[in-house]
Amino acid sequence: MDVIIVVAKALVALVICLQVTVLLLWVERKGSALIQDRVGANRANLFGGLLPFNLGIVNTFIADPVKLFHKEDIVPAEADQFLHWLAPWLAVFPLFLTFAVIPFGDVLVLGGREINLQAVELGGGLLFVLAMVSLGVYGVIVGGWASNSRYALLGGVRGSAQMVSYEVGMGLALVSVALTYGTLDLQTINREQGALMWGFLPAWGVFYQPIAFVLFFIAGMAESKRAPFDLPEAESELVAGFQTEYSGSKMSMFMMADFIEVAIVAALVTTLFFGGWQIPYLQRDGFHFPGGFGFAVPSLAVTVLQIVSFLVKLFVFCWFQILIRWSLPRLRYDQLMSLGWKRLLPVALANVVVTAVLVLALEGWTT
Amino acid sequence: MNPYAALLISVALCGVVATLMLVMSWLLGPKRPTEVKLQIFETGNPPIGSLRGHRFPVKFYLVAILFVVFDIEVVFMYPWAVAYRGLGWFGLAEMAVFVGILAVGLAYVWRVGALDWD
Repeated sequence: MDVIIVVAKALVALVICLQVTVLLLWVERKGSALIQDRVGANRANLFGGLLPFNLGIVNTFIADPVKLFHKEDIVPAEADQFLHWLAPWLAVFPLFLTFAVIPFGDVLVLGGREINLQAVELGGGLLFVLAMVSLGVYGVIVGGWASNSRYALLGGVRGSAQMVSYEVGMGLALVSVALTYGTLDLQTINREQGALMWGFLPAWGVFYQPIAFVLFFIAGMAESKRAPFDLPEAESELVAGFQTEYSGSKMSMFMMADFIEVAIVAALVTTLFFGGWQIPYLQRDGFHFPGGFGFAVPSLAVTVLQIVSFLVKLFVFCWFQILIRWSLPRLRYDQLMSLGWKRLLPVALANVVVTAVLVLALEGWTT
Repeated sequence: MNPYAALLISVALCGVVATLMLVMSWLLGPKRPTEVKLQIFETGNPPIGSLRGHRFPVKFYLVAILFVVFDIEVVFMYPWAVAYRGLGWFGLAEMAVFVGILAVGLAYVWRVGALDWD
């Protein structure tokens, strides 16, 4: 029974990851069209184009994946065959795994059993996420090097230097979050955000750590290698950067890795700073508004509401990243490096120190 | 159930899905390699020479070294952050020394110009 539950939860986590990614692809195409005042994906349609509108759903969900999977898989003759095959796998696999530790709900009470809605209940979930996200750099550098092409190598080297630079700021920003909650367990962090500050304000991480939120969001966007940080694949200078020599499903895997990273950044921002699955004033037994009134909600409905709340927040932050992507121009490489090392890193260090002093000053007088 | 056993199940699941995606177009796509098709892309020109043994700016190595230095320090901070409430003022003082050395290192690297990119 235990094994079935664990496998089911692992499947749910993977399905959330894949579905969010596919949905993001659609949001990205139609959303960018909206922003740039054009129509966007509108070629394929059901009923032979008899419908007066086309949302591009058939296009992005069916036509494009099928087309990509039927492309010829080209490995350049001069490329390192094994590494060329390995790189897309390396780019995608650790990112898939990241979603396993992100809690997508509180508990599901089913037949008297309390099922924790987190696929893998790791005590060091935060560290695990950081580790997996940083493994993503191997996909970029291996892909760039194995192709044996100038554009790919330049893109790969640029990409790895960029990801590595922003990882430091990202890790430091999350240290102050770990300090605030005193744990690395994502589910515990999430549960603690259900409390109320001064009796009415939800105790979300963003109210404790606003600076860490901004730092983490910027660093996370840089990690996902999308505009304004898309220097590794800057199409106007490097063709497609590290993925120049990839085609078919391997190319789609690199593209997917970008989208999963967007989803991961959104999921982490949600979990650490915006209460994850928490809905303000909703406890396990129902709503408890400040002022003493409230009403009961059945346990199953609470669980469903929480999962919906998590997904809604996830999409809000995905959409925010897409908005930024289509609004800002690409950074220059020296600007990118100085933003990472000269701005994010010192501010994150100062934030850790200030947080440490405040935690002790507010709670730790006794020790 | 042991969380690491659960992790193993997730690893297997994700590994299988990623592998399936990897081989998809090799399985389904056409296989008609030609000599030109297998060349690397060089804006339409025939590629000149090989890339192996070519050199690129030493700056990138420097960034990698700096990353190793600073990221390891960040990793040290995680156990400290979790145990912090038990350590009290002693923990703060110890980490102040640690962060102080880190900050001096950063200031030095900055001053020397290792963070400038031109």
